[in-house]
Amino acid sequence: MGSANTRPAYRDAHGKIDMDTLLVLALLLASVWTVSTARLLRSVIGLGLTSAVLAAALFRLEAPLAGVFELSVCAALVSVIFVMTVAVTQRLTKDDLSARQRQMLKRSWPIPLLVAVVAVVIFRHRTPANPFFATGISTDVRSMLWNERQLDLVGEMLVLLAGAFATVMLFKEAKK
Amino acid sequence: MVSSLILAPIAVLVIVNLPALRWPKKLAYPSALFLFAAQTLLAVFSPKALIYAGETSFLSLKIRADALSVLSLASIGLVLFVVALSGRVFFRDRQVRPDFASLLLVALAGMNAAVLATDLFSLYVFIEVVAITSYLLIAFDKKSPAMAAAFQYLALSALATTLLLGGVAIAILSAGTTSLDGIYAASQRTGSSGLLTHLALALFGAGLLIKSGLVPFHGWLPAAYSKAPAPVSVLLAGIVTKISGVYMLFRVVLSAFGFQPWFREVLLLFGAISIVAGAVAAIGENDFKKMLAYSSISQVGYIVVGLGCATPIALAGAAFHFFNHAVFKALLFVNAASIENRASTTDMRELGGLSERMPFTGATCVVGLLSAAGIPPLAGFWSKLMILGGLWYAGYHGYAIVALGGSLLTLGYFLIMQKKVFFGKIKDGLGGLGEVGRTLCISQALLASVTIASGIFFPWVLQTLVLPIGTLMVK
Amino acid sequence: MTGILSSSFFWLYAFGALALVAIGAFAMLVAMNLVRLLIAIEMLIKGVTLFLALAGLASGNRGLAQSAIVTLIVIEVVLMIVANGLVLGLFRQRGTISTQLLNEVKE
Repeated sequence: MGSANTRPAYRDAHGKIDMDTLLVLALLLASVWTVSTARLLRSVIGLGLTSAVLAAALFRLEAPLAGVFELSVCAALVSVIFVMTVAVTQRLTKDDLSARQRQMLKRSWPIPLLVAVVAVVIFRHRTPANPFFATGISTDVRSMLWNERQLDLVGEMLVLLAGAFATVMLFKEAKK
Repeated sequence: MVSSLILAPIAVLVIVNLPALRWPKKLAYPSALFLFAAQTLLAVFSPKALIYAGETSFLSLKIRADALSVLSLASIGLVLFVVALSGRVFFRDRQVRPDFASLLLVALAGMNAAVLATDLFSLYVFIEVVAITSYLLIAFDKKSPAMAAAFQYLALSALATTLLLGGVAIAILSAGTTSLDGIYAASQRTGSSGLLTHLALALFGAGLLIKSGLVPFHGWLPAAYSKAPAPVSVLLAGIVTKISGVYMLFRVVLSAFGFQPWFREVLLLFGAISIVAGAVAAIGENDFKKMLAYSSISQVGYIVVGLGCATPIALAGAAFHFFNHAVFKALLFVNAASIENRASTTDMRELGGLSERMPFTGATCVVGLLSAAGIPPLAGFWSKLMILGGLWYAGYHGYAIVALGGSLLTLGYFLIMQKKVFFGKIKDGLGGLGEVGRTLCISQALLASVTIASGIFFPWVLQTLVLPIGTLMVK
Repeated sequence: MTGILSSSFFWLYAFGALALVAIGAFAMLVAMNLVRLLIAIEMLIKGVTLFLALAGLASGNRGLAQSAIVTLIVIEVVLMIVANGLVLGLFRQRGTISTQLLNEVKE
């Protein structure tokens, strides 16, 4: 394994692959690709990809329920909504960036690479993984929290009702 | 009983929107009007009955209604009532009226829950509920400028969302909880050295500054207020911006983070800038609704400056101005709606001499603008006096002078408006106009009489609704 | 509590969350069409979601943070539905989804 100074960045002090650094790197690369890719549809796919990586990070941060929601709702449902919008508003293969923007993007690709390298360099000397393991009472069942946060549930219900109205109001015209 | 303020609208919503039957839809509008009126009357005439703190019996919701909540509930009910009335006039298609009423009911439930919530994250949730409802209401007519304005509002609100949630996350880090009481306890414990608590306040506060439409975070406001359908402008200017922005500022400072000195300076500064910038921008505007939008920015500046001053008198004055602004700004926007309804334009260059054709609208408009400019004995005079007095006696002489100057500017641009629109010669093409119908006249009369009455009966209003808010400070 | 703030695990994820927010904000500023603007908004929300989870973990409040994130995701979805509906509506009326539409109402 060698001393800490020669340890590869992606391996932690015990020699295991350092999931966290890889996850954050993947997250950053995915999000940069999403916002900078030329074609709109690729951007939407990138959003789904970023959601998936985020879900993995949420699992790693001991928020499994949030991870499941993020994966099933954001990665899937929101991407579908976007694809639908893109399909209606442009032909799927059309390039929506002007020539000048494409040139700008081509010139700026070193930036995300630089960001990734900096992140890796900063976190090269890592302490062993997660110091927050299982701190007492918080491992309570999530349903208990649902018993304590009913007002938020009421809020969610209102939001969903508004969403129902939105669907009827904004999306209905297609048939006419 | 207080929980019914949240649950009753939801129950009505579900019943009138049941897919199978058709007749319940007809009940949507009347039941909405009933709920709005009932809430206003309850809050104004028996406020003590609404004061409550604890878990409700039905769904064990943790809510709390204090004097500030009660005043807000009164404002919410009154403005929504007038919005519903104006909606009947502007949305002639009977098919869409139940949908409008339903959206108003969602807004009602959301705003009521917002002023009753006891948790920082819940405050965020209901800010979003109200915001989403607003986007739909702004886009209700599906006209392209309105939808673009709604989109712009959405984009800037998303920035605000990020800041608000960042504040919530840091509050979790610093106080271990998001409940307002928990954060209050934590901030008392750490005092001025609690960096994380201050950071949480900074982020959450920044989000709220955007939602309040203070300068320089006001980019979304003029477009949204002026391009929305007329009844929705009344809603936005009358109550939505105030609840999702200004009320929240009151709440997080009073009940959660405390009146941190640096944040008070921030409030004073941005409030004062808004007073002046809003007034100056209003002077140059040709569109009536846009002028009113900038005027709203200016008036919200007054409320925030009063809050930043943080003495009981200034606080009570700010809260009273909160209520007064709801009333007179709603009145002015209903006036604008009436003019739009008859003259089909809100460009002041095309209007003129309307006072003989639309005497009622003209008269109530004068009442509204006098209250806004702070002329006695109307209500606006008292609230501005309290804010100015509070500022002066707390030593903020500079800010007091700025506020006074703002008042003069307000009087100025409103008199210019009145002259352009109502006095002078009737422009060509406007000769055949008549006054608006019953519904809009009733709305205008109602709001005008409230602002007159709360001015004349100021001692009573002071006692029952306003002073209790001042005492909230002395916790 | 101060022990947490000196852990590089915390700062790694905090950096990630902040970077997401920065990427989203930057993308929002340079977005040339409305859908890209919405995708940028999604990035902002993802950044803040990550930060919430991290805060929950670091303060021993995982349940609270997860409950908040789940509620946030529900709100996010409805927000995107409304936002996409607006984009569709604007496209139907104006035939474009360029951000120029927003500049028109700004003045």
